[in-house]
Amino acid sequence: MDLVKLIFGRLTIEAIPYHEPILLATFAGVAFGGLVVLGAITYFKLWGYLWREWFTSIDHKKIGIMYVILGVIMLLRGFADAMMMRLQQAISFGDNLGYLPPHHYDQIFTAHGVIMIFFVAMPLVTGLMNFVVPLQIGARDVAFPFLNNFSFWMTTGGAVLVMMSLFVGEFAQTGWLAYPPLSGVLQSPDVGVDYYIWALQVAGVGTLLSGVNLLVTIVKMRAPGMTMMRMPVFTWTSLCTNVLIVAAFPVLTAVLALLALDRYVGTNFFTNDLGGNPMMYVNLIWIWGHPEVYILVLPVFGVFSEVVATFSGKRLFGYASMVYATVVITVLSYLVWLHHFFTMGSGASVNSFFGITTMIISIPTGAKLFNWLFTMYRGRIHFEVPMLWTVGFMVTFVIGGMTGVLLAVPPADFSLHNGLFLIAHFHNVIIGGVIFGIMAAINYWFPKAFGYRLDAFWGKCSFWFWLVGFYVAFMPLYLLGLMGVTRRVSHFDDMSLQIWFQVAAVGALLIAIGIGCFLIQLVVSFMRREQLRDDTGDPWNGRTLEWSTSSPPPVYNFAFTPVVHDNDAWWQMKQHGFRRPEEGFIPIHMPKNTGAGIILAGLATVCGFGLIWHMWLVVIIAFVALLAVAIGHTFNYHREYYIPADQVAHTEAARARLLAQNG
Amino acid sequence: MADTTATFTGGGAPLGTHTPSPPRDGELKFVMTSDYHPPNGTLLGFWVYLMSDCLVFACLFAAYGVLGRNYAGGPTGAELFELPLVALNTTFLLLSSITYGFAMLEVQKRRQSAVIGWLAVTGVLGAAFISLELYEFATLIHEGAGPWRSAFLSSFFALVSTHGLHVTFGIVWLITLMVQVGKHGLTAPNRRRLMCLSMFWHFLDVVWIGVFTFVYLMGVLP
Repeated sequence: MDLVKLIFGRLTIEAIPYHEPILLATFAGVAFGGLVVLGAITYFKLWGYLWREWFTSIDHKKIGIMYVILGVIMLLRGFADAMMMRLQQAISFGDNLGYLPPHHYDQIFTAHGVIMIFFVAMPLVTGLMNFVVPLQIGARDVAFPFLNNFSFWMTTGGAVLVMMSLFVGEFAQTGWLAYPPLSGVLQSPDVGVDYYIWALQVAGVGTLLSGVNLLVTIVKMRAPGMTMMRMPVFTWTSLCTNVLIVAAFPVLTAVLALLALDRYVGTNFFTNDLGGNPMMYVNLIWIWGHPEVYILVLPVFGVFSEVVATFSGKRLFGYASMVYATVVITVLSYLVWLHHFFTMGSGASVNSFFGITTMIISIPTGAKLFNWLFTMYRGRIHFEVPMLWTVGFMVTFVIGGMTGVLLAVPPADFSLHNGLFLIAHFHNVIIGGVIFGIMAAINYWFPKAFGYRLDAFWGKCSFWFWLVGFYVAFMPLYLLGLMGVTRRVSHFDDMSLQIWFQVAAVGALLIAIGIGCFLIQLVVSFMRREQLRDDTGDPWNGRTLEWSTSSPPPVYNFAFTPVVHDNDAWWQMKQHGFRRPEEGFIPIHMPKNTGAGIILAGLATVCGFGLIWHMWLVVIIAFVALLAVAIGHTFNYHREYYIPADQVAHTEAARARLLAQNG
Repeated sequence: MADTTATFTGGGAPLGTHTPSPPRDGELKFVMTSDYHPPNGTLLGFWVYLMSDCLVFACLFAAYGVLGRNYAGGPTGAELFELPLVALNTTFLLLSSITYGFAMLEVQKRRQSAVIGWLAVTGVLGAAFISLELYEFATLIHEGAGPWRSAFLSSFFALVSTHGLHVTFGIVWLITLMVQVGKHGLTAPNRRRLMCLSMFWHFLDVVWIGVFTFVYLMGVLP
């Protein structure tokens, strides 16, 4: 008995939710799908290929693509949660209790929030920065390629822990920020909050390291001549984002560690007795949480800047003001956290301060919008799919921004706090901003990553369903919020509200079709890849350096490091009739692949799982192994190799032939 | 040491590569035909990491600032802290910073065995610091003043033991580096690693000065 407890901790067979038909069916579906995928990989003998070319790859382009794949997969999970909530709220009125018991509904809204922020938006944004930034600054890779691989697998490890909670035990029922005392051990004694804590801690290490990595990459590795004020705007917003990551995520790490101490050791940081202070948790978590929303939205501001300039065929209007606006937003994002809890009762002066700083953020953001509009003004606008998403964003985000300013008024916030108006507001800015931006970015840079464009028809379908679906799904929530309906409620008695929830459910269905169209777009584009192929490497007549190399770029990105003289470096090169050098290639110094990242992250994930279930033996073994592998890795001094000059010449000659063929 | 000390001066794009007066059209050079190595970013990266670690400590200090007087009817800092012991402890840690500095001076002179010697002294001082800290913790818990007793003690233990865990990790790292220096000598990668650990070690010293002042000295005030 004691041995069993030592090995399995509090994990028993009862933790498997075989008595819940919904979860059982989901599990069967996931298990079946998973087995099919694993079987297919084995059948086609792809394991070696995946391991060598992808899992152990330190190539920033492949890691970026893997991040995006992770984000899209987790989007499907997070969106399934959203559909379940919309369905429950549409039917659960009066005598009808719906199909989700409250404890299950509470897990769903928690998982939805956690997954969408940490495992959808973050990997998508990080993946984009990873893929694009080194190409835009003319670098061969990031500053720390091994850490990059490790960061990706840590993020994946966190996602694995969240997914496991679906079938082994349960997830937190506390809302996505797990406020104590509800998330304390007295009110939430089960494993749900522990899954939350350790999934985010494991993923958080990855995010922090990737922030350090990209920050150093941008500061140190820019091509000669690329001064700060010649960096592409996407690189600028990435730089600010990574500054925010480095300055915000440690706070999340610290506050979750303190919550874990409260739960595991019995300390009294956030308890109601023995001197604890739950509001300190709320303060600390929002000191991370508010910069986090800018971590998500700043990179997509950069995406829109690139897209608008490219598809208007013009230099970006107001480059310097764009940069300053970004920096101002970066700084201000640290001065507004208290607007998330005006109702704490900190008094009129404090609330006024944070209300005013919050409103001030709309000024640099507004400047950005005008810059985009003026870039379009008198431009020759090509309404390709990325541009559609951009215009959709500009309209939608302005609405979301204005409701945000409404919420920034403390007296108004007192009545709207914790209500559906808030839910509608942040979905308005996150879907209308981050998701639209990521869709624009995927459509924009996909040809760079894979060498063929995405199918425009299905891209447009996806766009229109998303756009219309968003408005149908969330405008009713604004109205309901103004009527006083609060968030996180699984059952209503007032029948007059039902129609709005039913409309919202239809909206969610439209978004589901939009996501479906996106998946179809990927498949159709793959099938039609020969028609959609782009051999030039510059399908949109782009302006920045990533379009100067082939699509997909060679492993070394650039045979010769570019020299930059202008903001739109590639545009200027084209204007000057730049010709690719076709001889004189030199050996290129590159980092070697390594399996250390995936092994370390795997051990960290096992360690996290052990901590969740109090399997102390597993924890100790995994931790010691983690240390041993990490130290062992430092004894490897041979992490780099040279690509021989004739191999570079061979690759470049192949491209020259391709370019010549296509005139 | 050139590769380690010069890092902060280089800012990504070397200025020498573009001429002060912009050349006329047609003269612009758009690629580097020679090999181009961007400056090594390890020290900047480690610095940035240290600053993020500093924020973890900032949170713990803030928690102590908020909760440090919430005794919940339990013992206070004035009753618990033994300043002479903490002074001794502080001496160990400050001395270890000096000895690490001596090790770095020997790195400049490329004297491998002296480097390993000073690192060993540093490690012993660090271990002495940790031992005294553990002794202090054991005494406190024995007196019924464990981290679960009050929010004051929760925040005290969290802050001080997080620092202690960092020092412990530093000692493990230090031993690893001693082995690596012994095995491969003072090569460029090893010098860079020694520089990183140096920053880490001095950083922990600075944090400790904050702990000593803010927690212990101010804690014994009534």
